[in-house]
Amino acid sequence: MNGPPLLKVSGIAKRFDGLVATDHVSLEQNAGEVHALIGPNGAGKSTFVNLLCGSLRPDAGTIKLDGADIGHLSTVERVHRGLSRTFQMTQLLLDYSVLENVQLAVQSQAGHSFRFFKSARYDAKAMAAAMACLVRVGLCERAKVRVADLAQGERKQLELAIALAAKPRLLLLDEPMAGLSALDSQNMVALLQSLKTETTIFIVEHDMNAVFALADRISVLVNGRILMSGTAAEVKASDDVRRAYLGEGDV
Amino acid sequence: MRALRPALLALLIVLLLALPVLSEALRQPAAIGLATQVLIYAIAAMSLNLILGYGGMISFGHAAFFGIGGYVTGILYSHFAEHSAFLGLVPGTNDMLIVLPLAMLISGLMAAIIGAFCLRTNGVQFIMITLAFAQMLFFLFVSLKTYGGDDGLMMRRRDVLPFLDTRNDTNFYLVCLTLAGLWLAVTRGVVRSKFGLVLGGLRQNEQRMEAIGIAPYPYKLVAFIIAGMGAGLAGALMANYLRFVSPGMMNWTRSGDLMMMVILGGVGTLMGPLLGAAAFVILESWLTTLTENWQFPLGLLLLALVLFTNGGLAGLLDRLWGRTR
Repeated sequence: MNGPPLLKVSGIAKRFDGLVATDHVSLEQNAGEVHALIGPNGAGKSTFVNLLCGSLRPDAGTIKLDGADIGHLSTVERVHRGLSRTFQMTQLLLDYSVLENVQLAVQSQAGHSFRFFKSARYDAKAMAAAMACLVRVGLCERAKVRVADLAQGERKQLELAIALAAKPRLLLLDEPMAGLSALDSQNMVALLQSLKTETTIFIVEHDMNAVFALADRISVLVNGRILMSGTAAEVKASDDVRRAYLGEGDV
Repeated sequence: MRALRPALLALLIVLLLALPVLSEALRQPAAIGLATQVLIYAIAAMSLNLILGYGGMISFGHAAFFGIGGYVTGILYSHFAEHSAFLGLVPGTNDMLIVLPLAMLISGLMAAIIGAFCLRTNGVQFIMITLAFAQMLFFLFVSLKTYGGDDGLMMRRRDVLPFLDTRNDTNFYLVCLTLAGLWLAVTRGVVRSKFGLVLGGLRQNEQRMEAIGIAPYPYKLVAFIIAGMGAGLAGALMANYLRFVSPGMMNWTRSGDLMMMVILGGVGTLMGPLLGAAAFVILESWLTTLTENWQFPLGLLLLALVLFTNGGLAGLLDRLWGRTR
């Protein structure tokens, strides 16, 4: 890969009242690559995700997207720079239909929404773009359904469709497999695999099978620090990782 | 039921238009005044519903803007009557075509200022800070002796309109009916627009909205300003109807009344505030003839409605029609 990495995190740190949640983490990700972040519970994965997408501000370090420093930007500004995320615990607009949830994300990309009198339903272009995202994640038949009536697996798919509607350059997935049945997980892995060619994915995940199937590069986070970065084979082979994360016994 | 809806709406419009004739035929002259109050409160309740029902901003100070609209009207009238000028600069007027827009403008400006502060908070804090701002204004007008202080301001006559004698109660009722209809149309347009879609999204989940790149604050502020303008319009009309304004218009109990109308009618529905205002005004006038402590039965009724209708009067009607389809 030539040129600067799409994402370059340099020495970011975050502490909460003496607890160091993120301890000078640095990592890079090239465009087109799937980078996975794994680590035991309490390793600081969520804090790192929140630092990346702007819910938290780092105490030190820089975050660069395509060479531009975004570490001081708000979540909203980062979205418009092309950093889009999904949530581990789904954050959806429950009273709205599936389509409306995606439509809002499309609308946000098209500019401000200070449009007061024309019905939002008449924006055929936005509707079509939203529908395309639903088709992409296989949810188009549920477009008119209220989100409150969706099953958990479908909600995860919708999270993904909304994130895609923002046309991200970097898609940040926060535990997309969490809470999914075995079958739903398989489908999600297949879906993410098909997305690899469209966007760059940074994934935080507990499900090892999913991570090994998807990731080009894996970083292991332990106690707020990157223990190692490498390919799936290298991570599997590492004794350090085994000890720190996969447990003392056999894998 | 869906086919019935336009028919019922048409019936409602016909009834409202025919009310002056009906009240005369049925020898109920008081009905016109009551209906005028219903319409004025409906505008105020609709405006509160925009932020409370659609936007999820529980403002407990909405009467502040109702009062400001009223005082703009009263103060302009008093300067008109005394041939003086507000702050020595702005001459008074009794022209409704100037007063109403100005009342909306000033209420909107105040909403922009108050909202700019309040909307930095959420939840209970937001409720308390809107209440605090409204009470500040209430006490400001109580202490403002130039404009009547505690006693308020009287208007000898209603503001005038070209070609229409507003002193005639029927004419004034029709003015209020037109404006309430217009405000309903504005609300309907706004909640179905892209802005409305965003506003409803913000009520449901602000974190989600930020994650798709929509900053909540400006949208909430604009909704707050629109709501302030609606309440200002209602206040100006109420000042004209009563030919009297007083700090009581912006007391916290008045904010509570408006909230009660919204909840009674159905939070986040188009017709809810109108139904709620009608129920509130009619019940109040009926219960006051029965007992001095009319608030008590009204409170019980509200309790019953909230507990058993699941969505106020609008929700109740929807379900009744659903069953008798």
